[in-house]
Amino acid sequence: MAVISYIDAVTQALREEMQRDEKVFILGEDVGVRGGVFQVTKGLIDEFGEARVLDTPLTESAIAGVAIGASVYGMRPVAEIQFADFIMPAVNQIVSEAAKMRYRSNGQWHCPLVIRAPYGGGVNGALYHSQSVEAMFNSVPGLKIVAPSTPYDVKGLLKAAIRDEDPVLFFEHKRCYRLIKGEVPEDDYTLPIGKADVKREGTDVTVISYGLTLHFALQAAEQLEQEGISVHVLDLRTLLPLDKEAIVEAAVKTGKVLVIHEDNKTGGVGGEVSAIIAEEALFDLDAPIQRLCGPDVPAMPYSPPLEKEFMLDVNKVKEAIRDLAHF
Amino acid sequence: MATDVTMPQLGESVTEGTIIKWLKKPGDKIAKYEPLCEVNTDKVNAEVPATVEGVLKEILISEGTTVEVGTVICRIETTESAAAEAPKETGASPEAKATAPVSADKDKRMKNRYSPAVLRLAQEHGIDLETVEGTGRGGRITRKDILRYLEERSKEKVSTPSETPTLVETVPVTEAPAAVSVPSSVQAPTTQAPSPIAVEPGDQTVPVSSVRRTIAQRMVTSKHEAPHAWTMVEVDVTGLVQLRERLKDEFKQREGINLTYLPFVIKAVADTLKEFPYLNAVWGGDSIVLKKRINISIAVATDDALYVPVIHDADEKNILGLAKAVHRLAEKTRAGKLTLDDMQGGTFTVNNTGSFGSIASQPIINYPQAAIMSVEAIVKRPVVVNNMIAIRDMVNLCLSLDHRILDGLTAGRFLQRVKERLESYGPDSQI
Repeated sequence: MAVISYIDAVTQALREEMQRDEKVFILGEDVGVRGGVFQVTKGLIDEFGEARVLDTPLTESAIAGVAIGASVYGMRPVAEIQFADFIMPAVNQIVSEAAKMRYRSNGQWHCPLVIRAPYGGGVNGALYHSQSVEAMFNSVPGLKIVAPSTPYDVKGLLKAAIRDEDPVLFFEHKRCYRLIKGEVPEDDYTLPIGKADVKREGTDVTVISYGLTLHFALQAAEQLEQEGISVHVLDLRTLLPLDKEAIVEAAVKTGKVLVIHEDNKTGGVGGEVSAIIAEEALFDLDAPIQRLCGPDVPAMPYSPPLEKEFMLDVNKVKEAIRDLAHF
Repeated sequence: MATDVTMPQLGESVTEGTIIKWLKKPGDKIAKYEPLCEVNTDKVNAEVPATVEGVLKEILISEGTTVEVGTVICRIETTESAAAEAPKETGASPEAKATAPVSADKDKRMKNRYSPAVLRLAQEHGIDLETVEGTGRGGRITRKDILRYLEERSKEKVSTPSETPTLVETVPVTEAPAAVSVPSSVQAPTTQAPSPIAVEPGDQTVPVSSVRRTIAQRMVTSKHEAPHAWTMVEVDVTGLVQLRERLKDEFKQREGINLTYLPFVIKAVADTLKEFPYLNAVWGGDSIVLKKRINISIAVATDDALYVPVIHDADEKNILGLAKAVHRLAEKTRAGKLTLDDMQGGTFTVNNTGSFGSIASQPIINYPQAAIMSVEAIVKRPVVVNNMIAIRDMVNLCLSLDHRILDGLTAGRFLQRVKERLESYGPDSQI
């Protein structure tokens, strides 16, 4: 099996889906000739032509709106928002149109569309190129939100998202793009949306995470094993709908739960995960549910030392796990 | 510089120790690991070794004094203190680290703060949390501590056979209507400390459910508190059997439920209890409480548990009313829908052991009631009637009584009256 990077898994999934189904097309800022600012769509315009790889104006509301219209018409658009930070002008289209289309038309129309957006910090992107925006959409019924952490999950879940009959927000952590590599099958496969994945088995502390911070958790788990602390790691993979069953199962496994995400703590996905555990697994809890998240400050600082302070890392994760293990 | 020497933790559950004798006095030179004093705890006697080399500077705890683990008992002036500053400082930090866990051990503030998981496991497995050592912060008992404790408990082997009273005793006893047998000396209840049981490969360990645990505790309480005596009479119910034969089809059609013998027995008991208030009584320590209401508890078994729901004011009901009450309670029990009200207020228990073919049983009193009666299976037997051998339908009634409240005479008279009532039924009786 080939070892490829996270970003190559995105490209591979896009190419294979465009080859498989001619209704699939890409639109976004600089996705064509430029090949995308991260080079995700590099070469696709040559292979599929400019009718299927559309360079759009710098208007996110139009990107989302066009994609919604095309999807209702029977196409399978994959819209790219260049940075998740820029998704705000498209919120009305996504929340009030895409998410509600099936419901308000009583099932007559639906939006089989994917909106891809790179999110997260750690790349010196400062305040407009580092935000985590998943929590803003996580309370919107009608949307699905996928945030994979490994190349294998990226390919399988992006393919599943493109084939899904309803709108899917597909958040790719941009720090993972070239940092994270992994084995990815060359053949066609999909992974179920809405299913979390146990990335590591353990008995002392359960860590529930997604995206970049999941890798911090896995590294921390590796190192803490030498201290005799056994860490169970659950990758949420899908944030909406959350895999309640897997969350409760993972929580019950150790009775001590640490939820980690880069998005800030207040109103983050971690709060919802914690509430599910509190509702379903009180009598299996051995410690207060803990959250380790980005700070509640308006934006990612540009100053490198401050960005480092903002971002989670292996040491911060280790400390939090250790603290919970000793409780 | 001086190093503190603390009372060590000698054994897992030890929290304090007594200084028996100081082996060194202030000013003595001390080598590392040299014994400083003798300490006595409730588990062991031991010597406390020096943690550093130096000179004993001062003794803080005098002989014969008991102090908590972690308390500073003496100070040693270390040899390095005379040396240069730099090595002294580097030497100090590992010491500080070494003493840190000791002071952490002393901190037991979280020892009695239990998480939901710990409480649940303790209840499910009947663990006395006071006996579990906590390894969490502040001495907190973690879920893992409980799981470890359970693992160790299941590994323990039997040293002596368990003397826990058994739950069901069915002892055949020769008939002796007025005589009562007094149970042998009573043992202390042992439900709290589970006795070690050998679990061998292939054995299955079934966790004790809360219902099972309640049953166990009630049974042990009854056997422990109430001196049980036992007696039995045999009753000729040929007439009753004929009566039921005549009525049962019509009854079933009219009322929708089966007509069994149990309502007849309950009615005979309820009526007789009015004549013998001491059987409808509870032991109140320095008094005996004779209950006014006659509320009959009936034992209803499910696959894994035993319930004793109550027919309140059974003396006010006729056969039909009792039959319906029995039916309703049995249905509710099997459906798991008994309410607290259904379970409370019983003054006497009737146990239908005949339903599973038993012909004699020695029931355990439904504490704090005065007595319990079991109805055995009705069987056809050759019996001498008017100097002739006849085939009659016979049933044994067995009574266990609290000998503090009752003596054999009253109990025997009670059974005789119940017997008379049941034998008075004939094929043409009205119900």
